Amino acid sequence: MILRELVDLLEAEVICGEHHLDEEFECAGASDLMSDVLAFGESGIILLTGLANTQSIQTAEIIEAKAIVYVRGKKPNKEGISLAEKRNILILSTKFFMYKACGLLYGRGIVGVGNLK
Amino acid sequence: MVSHYDLSRTFEIKGRDFSKAGYVSINIKEILRELGIDPVIVRRVAIASYEAEMNVVMYASKGEMALKLNPKVIQITLEDEGPGIENIDMAMQEGYTTATDEIREMGFGAGMGLPNIKKNADVFELKSTVGKGTSYNIVIYLNSKGNV
Repeated sequence: MILRELVDLLEAEVICGEHHLDEEFECAGASDLMSDVLAFGESGIILLTGLANTQSIQTAEIIEAKAIVYVRGKKPNKEGISLAEKRNILILSTKFFMYKACGLLYGRGIVGVGNLK
Repeated sequence: MVSHYDLSRTFEIKGRDFSKAGYVSINIKEILRELGIDPVIVRRVAIASYEAEMNVVMYASKGEMALKLNPKVIQITLEDEGPGIENIDMAMQEGYTTATDEIREMGFGAGMGLPNIKKNADVFELKSTVGKGTSYNIVIYLNSKGNV
């Protein structure tokens, strides 16, 4: 799936990093616990989280996530957005809750961490 | 093939400064990436150093992280001034934590940090004196596949 399709599927708002929208992805992970993301995250995943602080952006950069999707309409503050721009990370925000956002992606064949072929 | 560098850099980490947490590790990551080091190795170093850096930010008053690199080995050392770790064996167990609510609200403090450093490192040595501080020695071999 390309990221532009994810934006449509999750009815998401693009916060920054629009130039990444034509890139492909095939794996996603969801957690509010950055400790778990660091321990189990894989390079190139989409990170779905409800934690919209700057640490979610730093963590995404460390694990080399392709994008962050904030659920339940959450968005990073100004400091977070400027950090994400500096780190060149695509940031999206969806009004959907975590469960629905994950379910929609799973239903379209996006696999979870540890399931990439 | 990486063969022609020897590098040594030190970085200051401020305790309790969550706004800057992660900057040192991302800096280290960028240095290694620019040197053309295997992305899998760079990622392992970045995760281990970020976990260590977060520990300083969360628990200590300050710390100094050093990056040393030669054609065979990447070494990250960290010395912090802080409360120290009372029981290192317990701290190395997944899920054991002494984190405060503030730390948990930041998405950390799940007791995964030290085990995750061990998982990503080829050598991980931790020494601590209660009331003084903790020192980390993290070594990743450039030709290793690691435990991940």
